[in-house]
Amino acid sequence: MKYKDYYKTLGVERSASDADIKKAYRKLAHKFHPDISKEANAKEQFQEVGEAYETLKDAEKRAAYDELGNAHQPGQDFRPPPDWGKAHGDGQAAFDEMDLADLFAGLSGRRQGGRAQGTPFPIPGQDFEVAAEITLEQAAQGTEFDVNLNVPEPGDDGYVRRVPRSFKARIAKGASEGQRLRLPGKGGKGLGGGRDGDLYLILHLKPHPLFRASGHDLYVDLPLAPWEAALGATVEVPTLGSAVNLKVRAGTRSGQKLRLAKRGLPKPREGEGDLYAVVQIVMPDTLSEHERTLLQQLAEGSTFDPRSHFKEAVK
Amino acid sequence: MRVEITEASEILWLDAHHEFTQTELVELSGLSLAELQHLVDCEALSPVTVAESAANHSAAEARFSADCLALVRAASRLRSDFDLDANGLTMTLRLLNRIRELEAELDEVRAQSPRPAR
Repeated sequence: MKYKDYYKTLGVERSASDADIKKAYRKLAHKFHPDISKEANAKEQFQEVGEAYETLKDAEKRAAYDELGNAHQPGQDFRPPPDWGKAHGDGQAAFDEMDLADLFAGLSGRRQGGRAQGTPFPIPGQDFEVAAEITLEQAAQGTEFDVNLNVPEPGDDGYVRRVPRSFKARIAKGASEGQRLRLPGKGGKGLGGGRDGDLYLILHLKPHPLFRASGHDLYVDLPLAPWEAALGATVEVPTLGSAVNLKVRAGTRSGQKLRLAKRGLPKPREGEGDLYAVVQIVMPDTLSEHERTLLQQLAEGSTFDPRSHFKEAVK
Repeated sequence: MRVEITEASEILWLDAHHEFTQTELVELSGLSLAELQHLVDCEALSPVTVAESAANHSAAEARFSADCLALVRAASRLRSDFDLDANGLTMTLRLLNRIRELEAELDEVRAQSPRPAR
């Protein structure tokens, strides 16, 4: 079992009052709560803070934690003192198989069992949320996603231990960014007749080198040479399937969105999003002598003023 | 290690095509019935339909779109972790909803904006 310094995690002295501990927890929870924080590793940081607070806010657990001593370094392997298990449990636990959080979760588990006087109090199993990154192609075609969890499960001795569980979730086509999926009963085991927890998958789309997704619509940049935009052209546009030929009208402007119906991501039940080609008029990196001459002729012969609205606005 | 296969048909998509009853939403969100009712009364959460309850034909049970579950669960976690009262919970849900709308708008604008030309 690895030692954790819960006081250090919360940034308080070992002699801190309950109010100080609560205040420190609140401050860190505001910073790291995964539902509101954009900090890196917010979820992991919040778990550490929450684990420390769960133990230190409870007088009985805090006393038990304090009895573990303070001679250990965070992360150091240690075993509770010989009489610790008898004082705070039934003394039968195999401490090597659990971590510190499980040890103290076990204390409350046994207390709840005791309150119910042999009739276990129904406690629902823990829900888990897992982020799953998939490609646009996988979202379009459906995919399988492997989920590996360490799920807390109570043993016969009342102590909770982490049990590895692995799922292969078959995800149907039609996902979009942020789509949430619920796998009922795939979370932690319920206690005393409580329902098993659920597993929530939160799907995220990996960045694609060409396409950007918004819901089930896709966007792709369509670079055009100035003469293609001015004169019109038929150009090849990539899609998630095969490429298609798109007719660009003469006089197409930069930033214009050309819609290719039903070439976006498929929707879960029926239909597809659209693909939008966003026109970008690009210049050659270098001009040949001939191109320069032609453009010079155009500049001299054209009356087009792209900034005429400036003059209109300041009249 | 044993690997459990979860078929696509066993996976529930939390989107507007699925609905939860009020009872299911209470069970899945961790909120109490009174808290959920307060959210509805304050119009921070809107039921999609009010259907006849299977358990009690004389009472009408509200149904909610499944895509609200993520936000309601987030609000429920924040309520627990910060000891929020009913009004704090309502405000939290409203703000989470507003953030989700703004993030969706931002994602759309980002998707539409061309990358810098080469």
